[in-house]
Amino acid sequence: MNAPVNPPRPVALGSSHVSAGNALELRGITKMFGALAAISDVTLSVRPGERRAVLGSNGAGKTTLFNCITGDFLPTAGLIRFFGEDVTVFPPHERIRRGLRRTYQISSLFAGLSVIDNVYLACRGVSRNRFSLIRPRRDDALVHAAEMLVEAVHLSAEKDRLVGELAYGQQRQLEIALALSGAPRFILFDEPAAGLSPTERRDLVSILTTLPAHIGYIIIEHDMDVALRVVESVTMMHNGRIFKEGGPEEIENDPEVQELYLGGGHE
Amino acid sequence: MAMTDHAPRFVNRADQKLWFERIPAPWWALAVVLLFLPVVANTFWLFQIMGWTFILGMIGLSLMFLAGYGGMVSLLQMTVAGVAGYMVAILGTSGTVTVSLGLAWWIVLPAAFLVAAFFATVSGALAVRTEGIYTIMITLAIAAAFFYFTRQNYTIFNGYSGFNLVLPPQLFGVNWRDPVPFYYLSLVLAALSYGAVVYVSRSPFGLALQGVRDNPRRMAALGFNVTAHRVAAYALASIFASAGGILLVWQNAQIAPGTIGIPAAIDVLVVAVVGGMRRPLGPFIGAFIYVILQVFSPDILGFFGFSAERFKLIIGLGFLAIVLFSPDGVLGLWDRWRARRRQQDPQAGGGAA
Repeated sequence: MNAPVNPPRPVALGSSHVSAGNALELRGITKMFGALAAISDVTLSVRPGERRAVLGSNGAGKTTLFNCITGDFLPTAGLIRFFGEDVTVFPPHERIRRGLRRTYQISSLFAGLSVIDNVYLACRGVSRNRFSLIRPRRDDALVHAAEMLVEAVHLSAEKDRLVGELAYGQQRQLEIALALSGAPRFILFDEPAAGLSPTERRDLVSILTTLPAHIGYIIIEHDMDVALRVVESVTMMHNGRIFKEGGPEEIENDPEVQELYLGGGHE
Repeated sequence: MAMTDHAPRFVNRADQKLWFERIPAPWWALAVVLLFLPVVANTFWLFQIMGWTFILGMIGLSLMFLAGYGGMVSLLQMTVAGVAGYMVAILGTSGTVTVSLGLAWWIVLPAAFLVAAFFATVSGALAVRTEGIYTIMITLAIAAAFFYFTRQNYTIFNGYSGFNLVLPPQLFGVNWRDPVPFYYLSLVLAALSYGAVVYVSRSPFGLALQGVRDNPRRMAALGFNVTAHRVAAYALASIFASAGGILLVWQNAQIAPGTIGIPAAIDVLVVAVVGGMRRPLGPFIGAFIYVILQVFSPDILGFFGFSAERFKLIIGLGFLAIVLFSPDGVLGLWDRWRARRRQQDPQAGGGAA
C-alpha cells in the first residue's frame, strides 16, 4: 500500500477562486521527504485538451509531481483539482476512474500475463464488474476494446505473448495502450521515449499527435525533438520549483533555460 | 512468480472448439483412472490415501490460489479449514453432547462455510496490509492464536480433547464414511474446487488478482482497489479450505486442536510448494506425494533399521531438494522436462498437461 497510515492533511490554499474550467489545477503543491522538499509550492493549471511538457534536469521533481497528481504520494501541502473536483486526498484508483491516466518511466506492467490480458485489465479497471467471477465471452465489449488498443499500438502480432518476454520498445508501446484504455480525459506520460530507437520515437510522436483532441496530457521528456513537437506549452522545473513557463519555441530560445538545462549535459 | 499456463482465451472463431474437445488426452486418462479406481483399489487406498490426498489437495489449493495468483503466502488455510471443521462438530452432532448443538445438516453445512468465510475475510483484511514475509508472520500468528484458543477454551471448542464421533449425515441412505462413498464424495468436491479455480483464473477477478500479484501499484493506477481484491481472494479461497476441512473432520470422525496446529499449517505449505504453486494441479500432486511418504516411509525406514517416526525427515529432505532444485515444484520439473524434449524433437509434445 502506498498511502501512509496517517496522511498529513494537506492545507487547502485559496480554493475559492479556482476556475472550474481547467482539466488539472494544482495550487501550492509541496511534497516533503523528511526535511527534503522534492517539490515546493508548484501552482499549475492545464486546460482540457491542452498538451504540455514538463522539463527539467534529473531531481527537478517532475516524477514526484506526477506521483502527487495520481495519488501515489499525498502532497504535504496544496490542492489538486481534476476537472473542477478536489481530488487532493483521493486514493489512486478513484482518480483513475475519473479519467486520469499515467505511464511510468520504468515500464510498470504485469509480466506474468499476456499482452491482451494486460490491456484487458486496464479496460476492466475503469469499468464495472471488476470482481466478476464469470469469464468474459469472446464478443465481450471490453475484450473487443482491448484488441483495438493492442492494434493501435502495433502489438497485434504479440497479443498472446507473456509481457515478460517482450522487447523493451514493445513494453513501452504497451505502457501507452494501458494509459489509453477506457475513456481517458487526461494522461501523464513519464518519459515515454526513454530507451526507444529513432524509428520507435517516430511511432511514438505519431501516436501522441493523433490522440483525440479532447485528451490533454502532460509529458515529461528529455528528448527535445519528441517533447517540443507534441506540446503547445512548456513548464520548466528546477530544484522542485516552477522556473519558467511558455510556448515551446519561447522556452527553447530562452537563454536562461539553455544555460540551465539544454547546455547542462543533456542532449 | 510468472504463470506458465496461459490458455489462449481469445481464440479465432475458425479454430474454436467445444470445451470438452479442448481437454487434452492425459486428462481423460486421469479421469478414467480416478473414476474406476474403486474397482481395483482396496479400502485403505480409497479412504486413507486418496481421500486424504483430495482433502490436503483442496486445502493446499486454497493456498495456491492466494499465493500463486495473488502473491500472498498465507499460513492460515489449515486454520480456515479447521474453523469449518469445528463448526460442523459444534453445530451438528458429536460424541461431546454437552457442547454440540445437534442442528440439522442443512443448517450446519452452510453455517460452517459462512463462519469460515467470515473468519478468513477478517483475518485476510488484517494480513493484506502487509507484504511478503510479514504476511507469513501475521497469518502464522493468527493460526497459532486460534490453535491455543481451541486448546484452552472448553465452553465452545471443548479444549484439549476436541470432538469425536463427528459423522457425515446419512443422505440418500448412504453412509458417506464408507470407503467407496467417501472416495467419490472427496473426488467430486476436489474436482469441483479444481475446476472452479481454473475457471476463475481467467475471469476478471482472477486476472485482476494476478495483476495484483505482478504489480499492485500499477493495478491501483488502472482503477482497481487492490486491498479489496486481496481481501476478496481470502474469502473465495476459504470455500476450498472449508470443503477440505469438513471432509477432514468426517474422515477422522473427530477434530481436536492438534488437527489445526502449527505443524499442520506448515504441512499445507509443504504440500503446495512440493507440488508447485503456479497451477491448481500442483497442490494435489504435492498432497499425493506427502500422503504416500507419510504412509509408506515408516515401512521403508524400518527396513533400514530407523525409527518409523523419522518419516518427517524424509519429507523435510524432499522439501529441501525441491526448493533447491525446482522452486516451482514437481510441476516445474515436469514443465522443464517437456520443454527440453520439445526442443530436441519439434514433433513431440501436444496438449498442455
